Amino acid sequence: MALNYDQAIAAYDPTLGLEVHVELNTNSKMFCGCATEFGAEPNTQTCPVCLGLPGSLPAVNGKAIESSILIGLALNCSIAPFSRFARKNYFYPDMPKNFQTSQFDEPICVNGYLDVEIETDEGTKVFRIDIERVHMEEDTGKSLHVGGSTGRIHGAEYSLLDYNRAGIPLVEIVTKIIPNTGKYAPLVARAYVTELRDILRSLGVSDVKMEQGSLRCDANVSLAPAGSGQLGTRSETKNVNSLRSVERAVSGEIERQANRLQNGERIVQETRHFLEESGQTRPGRSKEQAEDYRYFPEPDLVPVAPDAAWIEELRATLPEKPSIRRKRLKIEWAVPDKEMASMVNAELLDTVEETVLLGSDPTKARSWWLGEISRLANEKEVAPTSLITPIQVAEVIALIASGELTDKLARQVVEGVINGEGTPQQVIDARGLKVVSDDSALMVAIEAAIASQPETAERIRGGNIPAAGALIGAVMKATGGQADAAKVRELLLKHLGQG
Amino acid sequence: MIHSTAAEMATKLAAGEISSVELTQQHLDRISVVDGQVHAFLYVDTEGALSQAAAVDAKRVAGEKLSPLAGVPLALKDVLTQKGIPTTCGSKILEGWRPPYDSTIVSKLKSAGIVILGKTNMDEFAMGSSTENSAYGPSHNPWDLTRIPGGSGGGSAASLAAFEAPLAMGTDTGGSIRQPAAVTGTVGVKPTYGGVSRYGLVAFSSSLDQAGPCARTVLDAALLHEAIAGYDPRDSTSINAPVPAVVAAAKKLDVKGMKIGIVKELSGDGYQAGVRSRFDEAIEELVNAGAEIVEVSCPNFEYALAAYYLIAPSEASSNLARFDSMRYGIRVGDDGVRGAEEVMKMTREVGFGKEVKRRIILGTYALSSGYYDAYYGSAQKVRTLITQDFAAAFSKADVLVSPTCPTTAFKIGEKSDDPLAMYLNDIATIPVNMAGIGGMSLPVGLAPEDGLPVGFQIMSPAMKDDLMYQVGGTLEAALLRKWGSPILSNAPALGAN
Amino acid sequence: MSAISRDEVAHLSRLARIEMTDSELDHLASELDLILGAVARVQEVAGADVPPTSHPLPLQNVFRPDVVTPSLTAAESLSGAPASAEQRFKVPQILGDAE
Repeated sequence: MALNYDQAIAAYDPTLGLEVHVELNTNSKMFCGCATEFGAEPNTQTCPVCLGLPGSLPAVNGKAIESSILIGLALNCSIAPFSRFARKNYFYPDMPKNFQTSQFDEPICVNGYLDVEIETDEGTKVFRIDIERVHMEEDTGKSLHVGGSTGRIHGAEYSLLDYNRAGIPLVEIVTKIIPNTGKYAPLVARAYVTELRDILRSLGVSDVKMEQGSLRCDANVSLAPAGSGQLGTRSETKNVNSLRSVERAVSGEIERQANRLQNGERIVQETRHFLEESGQTRPGRSKEQAEDYRYFPEPDLVPVAPDAAWIEELRATLPEKPSIRRKRLKIEWAVPDKEMASMVNAELLDTVEETVLLGSDPTKARSWWLGEISRLANEKEVAPTSLITPIQVAEVIALIASGELTDKLARQVVEGVINGEGTPQQVIDARGLKVVSDDSALMVAIEAAIASQPETAERIRGGNIPAAGALIGAVMKATGGQADAAKVRELLLKHLGQG
Repeated sequence: MIHSTAAEMATKLAAGEISSVELTQQHLDRISVVDGQVHAFLYVDTEGALSQAAAVDAKRVAGEKLSPLAGVPLALKDVLTQKGIPTTCGSKILEGWRPPYDSTIVSKLKSAGIVILGKTNMDEFAMGSSTENSAYGPSHNPWDLTRIPGGSGGGSAASLAAFEAPLAMGTDTGGSIRQPAAVTGTVGVKPTYGGVSRYGLVAFSSSLDQAGPCARTVLDAALLHEAIAGYDPRDSTSINAPVPAVVAAAKKLDVKGMKIGIVKELSGDGYQAGVRSRFDEAIEELVNAGAEIVEVSCPNFEYALAAYYLIAPSEASSNLARFDSMRYGIRVGDDGVRGAEEVMKMTREVGFGKEVKRRIILGTYALSSGYYDAYYGSAQKVRTLITQDFAAAFSKADVLVSPTCPTTAFKIGEKSDDPLAMYLNDIATIPVNMAGIGGMSLPVGLAPEDGLPVGFQIMSPAMKDDLMYQVGGTLEAALLRKWGSPILSNAPALGAN
Repeated sequence: MSAISRDEVAHLSRLARIEMTDSELDHLASELDLILGAVARVQEVAGADVPPTSHPLPLQNVFRPDVVTPSLTAAESLSGAPASAEQRFKVPQILGDAE
């Protein structure tokens, strides 16, 4: 009988190891001046260097070094006073030189850690994830497999290669083995990648878009009999491309391995591919026969030896840690965890904070950005921040607070700004969206409404207050929604002797 | 005026006594007459050369300021990329490849108005000492067509000795500029590592490769040196400092008070008698010119050859991995059924020659886990020891000297089945590459026993390339006075009589 | 004892992606044996106290500014390709996984 997750965890202790690849968001590639824009036409961001043409030579992007050091500092690493690039030699068609310029025994950052918080049965618990190394390397090209039955690698008749991605700077962050997470292993893995993503985002060094591949996670999982203290054979699940998938991949691997071990089968040391639909993994390349990458120092590049002054200069620019910042803002804004999380996940925390700093109420700022603006952004399939600025949103919120706009009018203003009609004030002026607060003007509309619905007016006079809704609606319609409904109600009831 | 020096040609061009088109045409004519015998060229760019020449002439007529060698033709070793011009590196695997970019050297040559005649033959991927490893057949030594012109840059050296070009570009990983110069009676210089950009030089061994000038005189080499040298941000290993004033040094003709060190380990046993006697006579000339001779010992040089044949193949095994038929070059075995890996293997089997495969396999072995420390790691340590030997020697002498090669030109086919014997050709030139310093070979006469040219090597400390030009220029002038005419006037006439 | 066996050469030729016939393997094994015998001398002087030199220049920290420079056009990039389609390099089917 197959073990479920709980049974698997009762019988075996999992050990994790996580490798995260991050594409840096530099303007140009790691070793050449080609642009790094996502989604460009195939092979238009390529040159002799990133195509590996004979005779070409790499030249290191200084910004990539800086970003790597920042990442190391944010992860509490030591920055190596001397580090080098090395060639990792293996053949693969998406790698133009048939070696990857990477780092081997002399990485730029070593020995760091990252604390993550998990909600456990015993309350919130901190797990410290030890970081083994942070090193620099270059991305590969992309292959498209054409023909054959499945459209996947196997059965393809030929492959088409686009090297736009080849040479984009990558930073690989490798944890030490993560023991003693017990049943929380999948949550720890997810929390680690989440926290890492937030840190990288706060550093501004990467787009950290898992769905576009700018942040990719490989999860190593092994099991040992519960309480044995041993280390089992591990599998490596590659390129898991969402936070949820990280969690699912780890729990799925724990179940799969436990069931194999339970049946007396051994675990094959191999790479596995995560299948998004089923949450399962399928086997990839066996790593039983250790690859021989024949690493040696890259002779076309010189060592990287950052001096202490440079490192301190970079350290001084480190932003507040995301976990600390979230705690601070949660208290300052008095928002529940769930709301906090939705702002973070929508990547709008910075934007909301900016709006608040411009004087807006935190709750209002959050609801505008996550509500109306996000809805419009979704329709247009763009980022909310590309539609409107925090200054404009703060202005709209201020106008509501002062009574110059109603919520309904404000939505029209925002829509106008997004349509490119100008600043909020310009939209208000152009569309004539002022709140109608002139009592005599309202009275004209109210009397017209009463005249058109005399029976309703009679019922109100008779004490049927809820019937006022129909007349208020008529007034609002007549004023194009620019009246303050509460004011209309007040004037109407008073006029009909109910005020 | 193909028998003139490049400096003389430049003077006549500047004076308007000859146009670059005329000068270029004379060389193209010479090539069509003699290259059938010499086979110095793999590709002659007749049209391109003439149009470059015409452009220089037009600029001159318009009164534009031109660089010293503007309008002088040059032969380019086929390991340097030139946009749109076939670049094979002497290998079948690159047959038909026309690079979409210029090497930095070619950009500099073009902006100096130097006219590129075509691409010269070489041992495949610069691996060899004879051009016998070229996939397109060997070049022949103009002094004796049955003999090798040296290698890997045998085509460039032969083109100079056959008066097909007054200037040529070479590259030197273990002696590929200097040894061909020695066996053809021409001048070849390996500048300090990092002195000339490697961008666009198809890599053999990245930490050893260095491009440099080939010419018939020391001054011509210096003029070309200054045209191609200098910092290049595209080459992270290029030196960001002013280029040594090598032209001025070549013109000094004075070595009074200079200390010249004879490297004990680079002479004696294993060196042909005529090589030794001409070397000794050259030393006498330097003494007569006022230099002080000291003997220095570099005990670790005896390990240089072994270390070289680990480091160079190791780096080559990685550098040559890119030739896999996916993006450029020939493709073999793509029948629509075979996978990429199998096609790579078949292409590399057919596309690479024997020596290249031998070195790739050797390098793959030396870098393998389990062997790395014993082979590649140990070789890197020897490199340290050699550098230390040079440092000690340069504390006693301004420049060091030795014969360039143990022997004069050997017969084509004589050593092609004995890689170890072939490797010994480089015994005196390799230490220079290992330490990254400068080295020059210039002719010091003919060996009495075979009447073939003998090369004299001058080594200068890193970044002090001017010193070897100073000594070389002085020695060349003294020998010219003694001989009465340049050494190449003794070479047989070529072409149909 | 020979330093390198025929099987080892076969393994190396696989690593280096060079197809070799049996006779080539045999020939190369004996040649490499000789060459390795000669080059193994480096171990005689490579003491633990000697630092390795991987590069002749003592340069470090050579960086390029993060500035975009013009790329080749796709046509130029593909100009040397043995085959291309859809503005991409066309290669035989890729079997097996990448890294």
